[in-house]
Amino acid sequence: MRAIIYQVIALLAVGSAIWFLIHNTLNNLSARNISTGFGFLSKEAGFAIGETPIEYSPASTYARAITVGLLNTLRVALIGIVLATILGTIIGIARLSRNWLIRKISSIYVEVMRNIPLLLQLFFWYAIISETLPGPRQAMHPLPGVFVSNRGIQMPTVQGEGLFWLFVGLAVALVLIFGLFKWARKNQEKTGQIFPSGRWSIALLLLLPAGLWFFSGTSLSLDVPELKGFNFAGGMTLSPEFAALLLGLVIYTAAFIAEVVRSGIQSVNRGQWEAAEALGLKRSHVLRLIVLPQALRVIVPPMTSQYLNITKNSSLAVAIGYPDIVSVINTTLNQTGQAIEGIMMIMAAYLTVSLSISVFMNWYNKRIALVER
Amino acid sequence: MSAATPGVAISTEKAPKSSVGVLAWMHGQLFSSPINSLLTILSVWLLLVSVPAMIDWLFLSSNLSATTADQCRESTGACWAMIVEKHRIILFGLYPYDEQWRPLIATFLLVGAIILSGWRVLWNMWLLVMWTVVLATVAVFMWGGVFGLTYVENSQWGGLPLTLILSTFGIALAFPLGIVLALGRRSDMPAIKAICVVYIELVRGVPLISLLFMSAVMLPLFLPEGMNIDKLLRAQIAIILFAAAYMAETIRGGLQAIPKGQFEGAESLGLSYWQQMRLIVLPQALKIVIPPLVGLFIALFKDTSLVVIIGIFDLTQAAKVALTDQAWRGFSVEVYIFISAIYFVFCYSMSKYSQSLEKRLATGHER
Repeated sequence: MRAIIYQVIALLAVGSAIWFLIHNTLNNLSARNISTGFGFLSKEAGFAIGETPIEYSPASTYARAITVGLLNTLRVALIGIVLATILGTIIGIARLSRNWLIRKISSIYVEVMRNIPLLLQLFFWYAIISETLPGPRQAMHPLPGVFVSNRGIQMPTVQGEGLFWLFVGLAVALVLIFGLFKWARKNQEKTGQIFPSGRWSIALLLLLPAGLWFFSGTSLSLDVPELKGFNFAGGMTLSPEFAALLLGLVIYTAAFIAEVVRSGIQSVNRGQWEAAEALGLKRSHVLRLIVLPQALRVIVPPMTSQYLNITKNSSLAVAIGYPDIVSVINTTLNQTGQAIEGIMMIMAAYLTVSLSISVFMNWYNKRIALVER
Repeated sequence: MSAATPGVAISTEKAPKSSVGVLAWMHGQLFSSPINSLLTILSVWLLLVSVPAMIDWLFLSSNLSATTADQCRESTGACWAMIVEKHRIILFGLYPYDEQWRPLIATFLLVGAIILSGWRVLWNMWLLVMWTVVLATVAVFMWGGVFGLTYVENSQWGGLPLTLILSTFGIALAFPLGIVLALGRRSDMPAIKAICVVYIELVRGVPLISLLFMSAVMLPLFLPEGMNIDKLLRAQIAIILFAAAYMAETIRGGLQAIPKGQFEGAESLGLSYWQQMRLIVLPQALKIVIPPLVGLFIALFKDTSLVVIIGIFDLTQAAKVALTDQAWRGFSVEVYIFISAIYFVFCYSMSKYSQSLEKRLATGHER
């Protein structure tokens, strides 16, 4: 009985607080002559965006502008997740290395990077790229076809009809590899024979796209950036904003991922290593068959929250002028005054992305979880 | 096995040369296998290339005494003279120049209180008393208006004291809210549980920036006409609401680690719900989660830098403003390194403290 009274009181309190806020908001909006609703989305945006993965011009609608912002957020978050995972795993393993020097260097990296605010790191990288790097004419030239200057990073790209066949080959190879691994596991369970699926997959990945391109007879050429006038033409450009944001996100998050990986590997009992070695397994097999499956169980949940952090932290883009969803919507709401709708859309976008990542990672976590009898 | 003669000491022998000494250490640690040797050589080369250049830039050819930016540009190293020139605005923002001893004292008070909070002898009512006194004194020094101090509006506050104020108030007020939310999420009452779950997941699913934007542009719309909350306070509210959701999840972890018998035992003693929580459950649960809580404090301290985006004058924003001076253009890396060092000192000492605490608190819960 008392529980019901408490709940009713709580619901009433929350409900009336929400009603109070909405009531005030509506009053304020009508007093300021701001109309509510999402009608503004189909109006002309009128501002330019620096980086547009899909076609966009100032004459496009606000809806289009916000889509561009969302795609920019997803682009930096996805690339960031992949790179931070690779770098973080390497550093995490390096912290457990038998080599004293490697151990020390990696732990200094972790301690320094995770104790400085990400925003400050972004400002720092952006200042380095836009202030200290030379102009396009004196661009640094670390690899053939790659130019680093204060206009960003220029890289060569592949173009031509052959690109289509490369992608087809890649897709077919991935499907075949998936099947190969399934078959190899079944085969091993039945006969005990270990099939070298790793080597075969690499061969498939390389040979299938190359072969398809070769036999289709289509063209494929390298588009190398060239200095024309005061800037580069051709190739692919990573803008200074994108480069600084990606660099900052990857370097910062890799420090956290390194800690996750380290504690995951350390959580596997020493006896497991010793027993596996006693069975005569090679070191690579010990890692792949015994240690990693157990470590992953510990690693996946905190790794999920790091991936969510990268996605949410990519919103700091607004501070250095990368046109992500927050920055585009910020411009939109300054122009239209539709503050509530704008912020609702930012929150809805992040909630959707966060929820999708956690649903996927929960599914993966369940798959690798310990099955107890 | 040769039998030792009774009563005669066996002569002690030194350990074999191959397992002690510098050479053996180097062999074991640095050159135990070909790959290891390669890695060692590679990293030594990397260090030799980068460290001397860095030391040269940071110290040897740096310029600390230049009075104009042009003198600084002549040297090849860092221009620390810029920091010397601008340290007042970086550390204290727009606070009236002649009154800046007041935020200085406030900073020392806050840092002192943070250090004292790490002293376990004070982990009782005294902590609460101390923080109340410190925060009240800080408020008096910062605002003034009494004891002959001139009144300083909080729109003029800035720099390091503002960062410290935002994070200490944020932690202090988010903590009780976090406890309530965590208890609510573990409650048997479906309505209360639902409210807490929705709140926690909603806040954790969005970036802090969106909450700060909300506080900057939406909060004024939420309030009845004529009522207005100051910008700094709005940002502080956003930080508290944000931190509370994360604290709730951490504390919930501690609550889940308490065995059911503790709840049942407390209930069988006839304690009421709040007595059970206050006397039996929370003291145990909070003790378990102290290390992750310190981690959260560090994250929150770093996150206060985001208020830059809504234009509040914290340490990071003060640095950005110092950089807008046309005469001293082009030295942003130096300023960012200076600010980073300040953040690093705070965060690193907190994380070292948390590690030592973890060791001392491990009293029988773990094998």
